[in-house]
Amino acid sequence: MGNELKVPTMAELFAAGQQPEVLFWVGCAGSFDDRAKKITKAFVKILNKAGVSFAVLGTEESCTGDPAKRAGNEFLFQMQAVTNIEVMNGYGIKKVVTACPHCFNTLKNEYPGLGGNYDVMHHTQFLTKLVEEGKITLEGGSYKGKRITYHDPCYLGRANNVYEAPRDLIRKLDAELVEMKSCKQRGLCCGAGGAQMFKEPEKGDKDVNVERTEQALEKKPEIIATACPFCNTMMTDGVKSKEKETSIAVVDIAELIATAENL
Amino acid sequence: MDYIPNIVFALLLTAGIGFFIRNIKKLSRNIKLGKDVDVSDNKSVRWKNMAKIALGQTKMVVRPIPGILHIIVYLGFIIINIEVLEIIIDGVFGTHRIFAPLGRGYNFLIGSFEILALLVIVAIAMFWLRRNIIKIKRFLKPEMEGWPKKDGNMILYIELVLMFLFLTMNGADYQLQQLHAEHYTVAGAFPVSQFIAQFFDGMAVSTLILIERTCWWLHIIGILCFLNYLYYSKHLHILLAFPNTYYGNLKPKGQFRNLEAVTKEVKLMMDPSVDPFAAAAEDAPIPEKFGASDVMDLSWVQLLNAYTCTECGRCTSECPANQTGKMLSPRKIMMDTRDRLEEVGKNIDSNKGTFVTDGKQLLDSYITKEELWACTSCNACVEACPVSIDPLSIIMDMRQYLVMEQSAAPSDLNNMMGNIENNGAPWPFNQMDRLNWKTES
Repeated sequence: MGNELKVPTMAELFAAGQQPEVLFWVGCAGSFDDRAKKITKAFVKILNKAGVSFAVLGTEESCTGDPAKRAGNEFLFQMQAVTNIEVMNGYGIKKVVTACPHCFNTLKNEYPGLGGNYDVMHHTQFLTKLVEEGKITLEGGSYKGKRITYHDPCYLGRANNVYEAPRDLIRKLDAELVEMKSCKQRGLCCGAGGAQMFKEPEKGDKDVNVERTEQALEKKPEIIATACPFCNTMMTDGVKSKEKETSIAVVDIAELIATAENL
Repeated sequence: MDYIPNIVFALLLTAGIGFFIRNIKKLSRNIKLGKDVDVSDNKSVRWKNMAKIALGQTKMVVRPIPGILHIIVYLGFIIINIEVLEIIIDGVFGTHRIFAPLGRGYNFLIGSFEILALLVIVAIAMFWLRRNIIKIKRFLKPEMEGWPKKDGNMILYIELVLMFLFLTMNGADYQLQQLHAEHYTVAGAFPVSQFIAQFFDGMAVSTLILIERTCWWLHIIGILCFLNYLYYSKHLHILLAFPNTYYGNLKPKGQFRNLEAVTKEVKLMMDPSVDPFAAAAEDAPIPEKFGASDVMDLSWVQLLNAYTCTECGRCTSECPANQTGKMLSPRKIMMDTRDRLEEVGKNIDSNKGTFVTDGKQLLDSYITKEELWACTSCNACVEACPVSIDPLSIIMDMRQYLVMEQSAAPSDLNNMMGNIENNGAPWPFNQMDRLNWKTES
């Protein structure tokens, strides 16, 4: 299956004198994390099916610097940013889509001040646009009536006010969208943000992802939908800690759509 | 002799307001200890935010019960202050109910003040119950022990006393009006205090005048005292909520400031025409300190935030770290910033206008590293604040100091940053393997 993916790189297209419409910024998790790679592939399958003209940077992509900035290392962040901007501006990139809310936030909000001005979309916004344009038609068949609860990634929701795009997509799958106690503006963090993903949590009486998973389990969902590779890791670990991994799946919105489309 | 009360009143008023202005000057001096930041943009959006969030209380009602109770007290105090205007004019000129000629309009005003005063008393009682009997969790966090708890109750007691004085004064006045006492012209409607007046049945006019005057004086003295209590209390929010919401952040919450000093350095590093071995110019300015370890390193807006905080704890109750038992409490970050700023202000006062190092700073002496590293930067605290305070920005500035000035990041994070530097990802994977997923099954 993997071999069927069409994933041109910016370098290849450039060599052929072509310019894609949009850059798919894969991100570190999407490139290296085994679970997140599946999300990357699911999204690429949809892009292929919809005939979107896109490319990736491949080995020319580097961390946006988000975790360094949130950890307080502004130097490292700006070094990463300036390097990435040089590469992207070199290719004349105008539009960017990414499946990682952290990359999304950084590229969209923090790169312009350093010379990187792009029209940046999160993949849930991009998918919504594809649906609106009729490039993909969602037939919810396999998800009809399934109880799905959606976990808002902080860097998509509160940080950038994107609450509806992912929810619209879930509704279009004919699924039953159930909201957790804390959702949208008041959504509870999964515990990964602010560079927490890369360190042990401070002393406390519970892990944040377990608290969030408990909120999700209260709703008795069949699926916990996420739109962030880090939230996915945290929620997956949370579900495992409750020994519910056989009955509850933690799935990215892109994967929901790819599966519904039998891709 | 007839003018003695007028003179006493004028003196009290001048002293009360004078002392208040002195405190406001001190407040403004302390806030200006912060770094300058340009917030002169988007004036119309800022005015709208102030009107919506501070005047319109839109974020208070996210939690409906305390939100509605708060609106009652807020409206009560704003509207009842029209009555204070009359009290001041009466006090200065020795008149009695100077606005009485407004007739039916006056009756309506006094009547609505009374009803509001009663509602305020009910709301205050509910607030007191929530703090002391129902023991709402966010009022019981460690940072609320001692003065903050007393302060919260003290405000309720003062407000309660003021409302009772106001109503008792009106009750006595009403009774005097019924008895056609001299000076007590029949004016006003007394839907609430007429019930208090029943207790005055059979009292002599002189006793009633004594009650009415005592309440009148205590009420206005109480208001002047309350005005001057503000500076020493979390209650300062009744004034500062307005500028604070005006200067609140207008950018997406996820957008953290890019440090200009760093941008300059990075640009130099990336510029091939720069001679890396050139000696620094002799008059080169001392490089700016990165991040914040004390209040003077923060911006004046962050310091205004600290004085505006009324310790409601909505930030802390939404904080994922706090909810799961970590030490971090965004409210404590704000309280610590304010307390340290006050300490610095006092230091300046007692050292003839200059700050003398006291061996303390905001970091470690007030806010520990453990608190700072527990933050997930999720913005729940920022979203929760009803008056646009941003505790997250202070946490991030302090992390910058820890990492860039002290290299004091937790070792896990140093590993992560090392990986980003070496191979462009937070994990130790080779950058050349970034596209391997394409062909993996």
